[in-house]
Amino acid sequence: MKHLITIADLDRAAAIELLDTSERMAATQERQMRKLPALLGSTIVNLFMEDSTRTKLSFEAAAKRLSADVIGFAAKGSSISKGESLKDTALTLRAMGADAVVVRAPSSGAAHKLAHAGWIDVPIINAGDGTHQHPTQALLDAFTLRRHLGARSASGSLDGAGLDGLHVVIVGDILHSRVARSNVQLMTMLGARVTVVAPPSLVPVGADVWPCEVSYDFDDAIAQGPDAVMMLRVQRERMLGGGYFPSAAEYTRLLQLTDARAARLPEHAIIMHPGPMNRGFEIAGGAADGPRSVIIEQVAAGVVVRMAVLFHLLASNEREGS
Amino acid sequence: MTLSPAPIAPAPAPLLIRGARPYGEDVQDVLVEDGLISAVGTDLPNPGDVEEIEGDGCILLPGLVDLHTHLREPGGEEAETVETGTRAAARGGFTAVHAMANTNPVADTAGVVEQVLRRGEDAAWCAVHPIGAVTVGLAGERLAELESMASSKARVRVFSDDGKCVHDPVLMRRALEYVKTFDGVIAQHAQDPRLTEGAQMHEGRVSAELGLTGWPSVAEESIIARDVLLAEHVGSRLHVCHLSTAGSVEIVRWAKLRGVDVTAEVTPHHLLLTDEEARGYDALYKVNPPLRTQADVEAVRAGLADGTIDIVATDHAPHPQDAKDREWDTAAFGMTGLETALSIVQSTMVDTGAMSWRDVARVLSEKPSLIARDDSQGRPIREGEVANLLLWDPRPRRRVDTAEHASRSHNSPFAGTELPGANRLTLLAARPTVREGRIVERESAAGAAGEC
Amino acid sequence: MPASEKTVLHEEDIHRSLVRIAHEILETGHGADDLVLLGIPHRGTPLAQRLGRIILEADGAGRSLEDLVGSLDITMHRDDLRRRPARVPYETVIPGGGVDGRIVVLVDDVLYSGRTIRAALDAIGAIGRPAAVRLAVLVDRGHRELPIRADHVGKNLPTSRSERVSVHLRETDGEDAVRIVGGADAEQGESR
Repeated sequence: MKHLITIADLDRAAAIELLDTSERMAATQERQMRKLPALLGSTIVNLFMEDSTRTKLSFEAAAKRLSADVIGFAAKGSSISKGESLKDTALTLRAMGADAVVVRAPSSGAAHKLAHAGWIDVPIINAGDGTHQHPTQALLDAFTLRRHLGARSASGSLDGAGLDGLHVVIVGDILHSRVARSNVQLMTMLGARVTVVAPPSLVPVGADVWPCEVSYDFDDAIAQGPDAVMMLRVQRERMLGGGYFPSAAEYTRLLQLTDARAARLPEHAIIMHPGPMNRGFEIAGGAADGPRSVIIEQVAAGVVVRMAVLFHLLASNEREGS
Repeated sequence: MTLSPAPIAPAPAPLLIRGARPYGEDVQDVLVEDGLISAVGTDLPNPGDVEEIEGDGCILLPGLVDLHTHLREPGGEEAETVETGTRAAARGGFTAVHAMANTNPVADTAGVVEQVLRRGEDAAWCAVHPIGAVTVGLAGERLAELESMASSKARVRVFSDDGKCVHDPVLMRRALEYVKTFDGVIAQHAQDPRLTEGAQMHEGRVSAELGLTGWPSVAEESIIARDVLLAEHVGSRLHVCHLSTAGSVEIVRWAKLRGVDVTAEVTPHHLLLTDEEARGYDALYKVNPPLRTQADVEAVRAGLADGTIDIVATDHAPHPQDAKDREWDTAAFGMTGLETALSIVQSTMVDTGAMSWRDVARVLSEKPSLIARDDSQGRPIREGEVANLLLWDPRPRRRVDTAEHASRSHNSPFAGTELPGANRLTLLAARPTVREGRIVERESAAGAAGEC
Repeated sequence: MPASEKTVLHEEDIHRSLVRIAHEILETGHGADDLVLLGIPHRGTPLAQRLGRIILEADGAGRSLEDLVGSLDITMHRDDLRRRPARVPYETVIPGGGVDGRIVVLVDDVLYSGRTIRAALDAIGAIGRPAAVRLAVLVDRGHRELPIRADHVGKNLPTSRSERVSVHLRETDGEDAVRIVGGADAEQGESR
């Protein structure tokens, strides 16, 4: 694995390896000295061409805890907003001696382009590209889910465990969601059964071959007793302005994780959200803050999972082909 | 009825093509003198000192005619000029191209179409027929002065807002009606604009996975269905540009059975490539209409073979590298095609046994000229006709190298692909424009004469 | 040319060495009270476990094995990290009492360049501040690249750089043996 662009870059073994490494990283984060020297001397560029506070901070924290130097390259006020092309940006980063580039971009495929266009030859980590993929988000979701419901060995270890037998329900705007695309691929690869719930206008044409079930009925999905419910963020402008949905009220009625719906979930089920949340829209405050909610844990998981990804991509010479 | 060669240029030297196979059929000799085919037969005597070209069993075709070329001049000279575009056409075996109207300024007046015509005459690598815009500025709001363009020196008969669809049904109806005066045709770029807002590629399984906004087949098919009904209603001629879906083939087939005066074209790339190509996010494969599925490819091949689709046209759409070497959704639509068109048609239609070389002459020369009402091209290979000819060797196979292309742009999706066939000789009114794949530069005297 | 292979320590040799090392540790540490044994994965961990059992048999002092023995992964502290394919780091298990103020004995199978031990010293530093750190190894094969020496050595094994020392343990490899794999084409490096 030279780059992490899409979940398809991983197989089950590689995904589990990342999750196992994430567990080790998490263990180091409980120590008094949390900084590890693994990437000392490396320079990681955070190329964020789209606003994203939490993903950017999470990658930055991960890189710094591995002792890498981090250079932020944000769209606002940078040459990108002045019309510089991705190619010119890549050539600039190459000249600066970046050892890896974490890229967030509004265009689907931007990370792939950066990795394969021949402009720059360092590991590229996709931090979200358009409506395509967000692989580290899926990994942190899988990590969180595995910690709660994964199969532990007799000694309590999660090493080597997948998500076999778990049922995950993903609810919301599947059409425009890179989080959903990555999660459907990763969770099913790890053995989970996935149901996506959305109105038909927010399910992509062509999703019929996805390895998941598609449902239009949230209550029906809840009645199946899922182990986890993941609520996707609703982008109000897109939803209402784009005509994908008649009104906020109707969305709320059909697809909000209300306190009542949360109460019908099995005892052990967890509630997830990639954030940032629209409280009162896709998720009710009670469900977001209740004991089943693992939303804050997901944020912490983000740092250790990204440490694991950076570690595997940078702390080796596999990219030189040995 | 035959094209008179440019009056000032000296008559090209005579040529005797020995042992070629017109239309891929029986071996014949063809003698070219004074710009015309002067004899066709076996074992023709050399009238004395005439250069002989060993045909070696190669296919002899009427010079190819492209009904859908973007020459980009005026306004897009960074991508292509009339000079470079017609050189590319000659290398592809074309002796005439029809230049789309979406230039800057738009070819929506007699002045602009005459300018393009003159630039074509100056370049003289092939005949250039300007296509006129249907609406002013391609804006889809009011009709351009179609009759003025028709009666200009450019004698425009084909009108198109290509790149944009004439989506207003009333405007489309009026355009269809209006061009009846001079037997013109509306060449429609069928794309419902509302169904394709922000569209990036064919809407289906691949777009769903790649997260690229879909360009659904129905956006093309619904416009074609409407237009054939409009053409039937007002009794006009309709030409469907670059049809790309199985559903479109069905609609055109149905319309023809009803007697609607409709013709349709398919591009070489839609005969070969599918939406799977988008997986690498390489914008070389970004084109409008988009590459469709394998089932669509099979349907357009079948439609071309059975005559539902009348012609192959390249939609040659050159773009500078910067417009392609970028994120998919910000890259330009379009691919070059003139220099690979016949190779693609050979490999997809002839080598597969779906069509004969006589069919190729029909879809790439005769029928395009007929649709454009141009009786100077697409002529039979017989005594007395102007010598617009292509000698094509179908046997060699080689990788496409865009560095060898004459087009100013290199956005060919076939770069690196091994394709069959080679242009051995192209004659434009008996003057060799290409020999053995290479442009035949003109003597400075001839060039000077052309500038007089 | 096939690499030659010679067994230099058999099962009983390994056991004898560990018993001797255990007693040395007890002598220098004045008993087991403040001891913590940290094995360096992969093969240092079972060696530390074995030493711990021997120590507890000799001087129980009311301590349990879990309280005495842990393991210390040094992957993140290696200075040659980028020359090897990345793999999942091993688990670090620190006994409940921590390392602060205690005598930590690092346990590894082979001492060679000394780089692993340097990394282990850094890794301990990230965990706490022991009163002292000692080093016990089953085999010292020489060729040090850093100023590091072992306090307790099972066997000094003079080798050439072209040879490879291959340690096999029951827990990890199904048998107890130390072999020298010879030949100019044998890969260099500590066996791990």
